[in-house]
Amino acid sequence: MSAGPRKPFENKIVEWVDSRLPLFTMLDKEYGVFPTPKNFNYFWNFGAIAMFMLVTMIVSGITLAMHYAANTGIAFDSVERIMRDVNYGWLLRYIHMNGASFFFVAVYIHIFRGMYYGSYKQPRELLWIFGVVIFLLMMATAFMGYVLPWGQMSYWGATVITNFFTAFPLVGESVQTLLIGGFSVDNPTLNRFFALHYLLPFVIVGVVFLHVWALHVTGSNNPSGIEPKTKEDTLPFHPYYTMKDSFGILVFVIIYAIFIFFMPNALGHPDNYIPANPMVTPAHIVPEWYFLPFYAILRAVTIDIGIPFTEVTIITAKLGGVLLMFGSIAVLLVMPWLDSHPVRSARYRPKFKFFLLLFVVIVLVLGKVGGMPADVPLFHITENMIFTTTHVAQIATVYYFAFFLVVLPILSRVEKALPVPASIHESVTNCKSSCEGNA
Amino acid sequence: MSSHDPHSPCCGGGSCASDQENQSHNGHSEPSSCCGESRRDFLFMTAGAMAAVGAGSVVWPFVHQMNPAADTLAMSTTEVDLSSVEVGQSVTVMWRGKPVFIRRRTVKEIQEAADVDVSTLRDKQADADRVKAPEWLIVIGVCTHLGCVPLGQKTGDMRGDYDGWFCPCHGSAYDSSGRIRKGPAPKNLEVPTYSFLSDTLVRIG
Ligand code: HEM
Ligand code: FES
Repeated sequence: MSAGPRKPFENKIVEWVDSRLPLFTMLDKEYGVFPTPKNFNYFWNFGAIAMFMLVTMIVSGITLAMHYAANTGIAFDSVERIMRDVNYGWLLRYIHMNGASFFFVAVYIHIFRGMYYGSYKQPRELLWIFGVVIFLLMMATAFMGYVLPWGQMSYWGATVITNFFTAFPLVGESVQTLLIGGFSVDNPTLNRFFALHYLLPFVIVGVVFLHVWALHVTGSNNPSGIEPKTKEDTLPFHPYYTMKDSFGILVFVIIYAIFIFFMPNALGHPDNYIPANPMVTPAHIVPEWYFLPFYAILRAVTIDIGIPFTEVTIITAKLGGVLLMFGSIAVLLVMPWLDSHPVRSARYRPKFKFFLLLFVVIVLVLGKVGGMPADVPLFHITENMIFTTTHVAQIATVYYFAFFLVVLPILSRVEKALPVPASIHESVTNCKSSCEGNA
Repeated sequence: MSSHDPHSPCCGGGSCASDQENQSHNGHSEPSSCCGESRRDFLFMTAGAMAAVGAGSVVWPFVHQMNPAADTLAMSTTEVDLSSVEVGQSVTVMWRGKPVFIRRRTVKEIQEAADVDVSTLRDKQADADRVKAPEWLIVIGVCTHLGCVPLGQKTGDMRGDYDGWFCPCHGSAYDSSGRIRKGPAPKNLEVPTYSFLSDTLVRIG
């Protein structure tokens, strides 16, 4: 970010500022002439879309906070007041509420892109890790945001999630008390969740900055997974990708707007329009859809793990579920080291591609059973053995972890990749007909 | 100044100043590893330790403020009049922001609870250790898995396979003594501290 050799600007004011703080030089270098692989497909739009959503969430959130009251006595009513009385309050809230969902849609596609095209591999490991950190912070932010309207799902979601911590032996109970500030989720909890819900998005902005900084050091990956070698392989970011990103954002926003205006509650749970009641648990507690796969993993562990033939339990089912759930995200952090295959893009790794797409299906299956009650009978295997949703979740959980811990290391060693083109330019010019549409 | 110098004044109590003087006199450029260093190490360590204590004492209030405040802690007690509860009925009362289940058990329920072989239970507790009067079972109505309120207080509620309570969240079933019998919860429903003030009046807390 230092000045380096600077080209003077024509505009006098711009030049005056730039010679004192080379902001414009930096912008031009990073977003103007920045050399970008010329073969991006639409998957490469989702970083910019996620960035757009982050800004949307911050703007709509701060305006909501001008009317919201973080007190259990009036929180629910203050949100209803936003909906009914505040000028355009309904719009702000629906933008924010559906914005969280669309932010996750964008980020999930963005993460899938990274996995499919091997963007996590050397030299982009740290870039990938910052991405996983952003994902974790988003989950924390969205969880605490969902508590704020103080409906039944808010209250019971908060109760279930903060109870995770009691699973840890010895310190668990005190950590939980520290987090919720009482014996049960209550006003102190709501207050601190609001404070943190306000703070964390700005922490995310900070980590996004590091994420983009790291990106601009290594440069972008691309659908072929081959590093750019000559000028023939790249295009300046502006106007080529500023245009393409704007177009992508536009299409995304159209779909987002359809939800905001025509089906604003489609992604939410009706029970959250019932005020929180500590005495009654809703018949079926479900988190927001974007947490469902992880919720399914949590519930998949139903047996204690102990020393065989003794009474000693090392890991209770509850702790096991919590560890697996956190582990399912932590394993992403080490993905660059689990997959050491030299070829990046799944285009040239048919076996990897198969297992990765299967992984996506499995995550969707986990999401599906995560949204269903536990132990729903599906079909009979034998007379008295019934196959239930819990069994589905267990099998899917095994594959989830096996993909990372078994499939990736083995494929790294045994998979023979297809012939990889010599350059990005060649990959685009040689396969006009054969690989187009082949992602 | 080398540490082997037998005439070195430093370990005999020489000050760092003299140590440094010697050093410059002798034209040594390497720092001495003798007393000057150990004195300095000591000062570094004590200063570091003090700084750590200082930092810790500043951080602690910022952490501890999150723990329950005095008004939250002020132990509340709840008195419940049981005279209107019939055999087989249950009432739910609020205590410390949590529901407490009080059930006047039927003879069948008491029998079932007593008949269980304790060694087969996940959280081994005899029914007798969980009640003061066998007819009255008093437990905190918070599932020990992740904190939902189990069903089974109202007539018509699902009560699970063991005549007790069923947690709809992840399917834990408790028996007629509030003990965990099935599902992911690790522990029995907690028994709060309580005492009978009379036959029909109980104080919880
Ligand atoms: C990473 C960005 C953010 C995410 C993912 C997020 C997520 C959420 C979610 C899921 C809700 C619950 C919506 C509902 O069901 O009603 C919510 C509510 C809320 N958020 Fe955010 N939020 C973000 C940023 C912010 C920021 C920066 C503020 C600024 C103060 C904010 C203020 C609020 C307020 C006041 C509410 C309560 C009003 C309501 O429930 O509609 N949020 N947030
Ligand atoms: S909270 Fe009761 S079974 Fe999970």
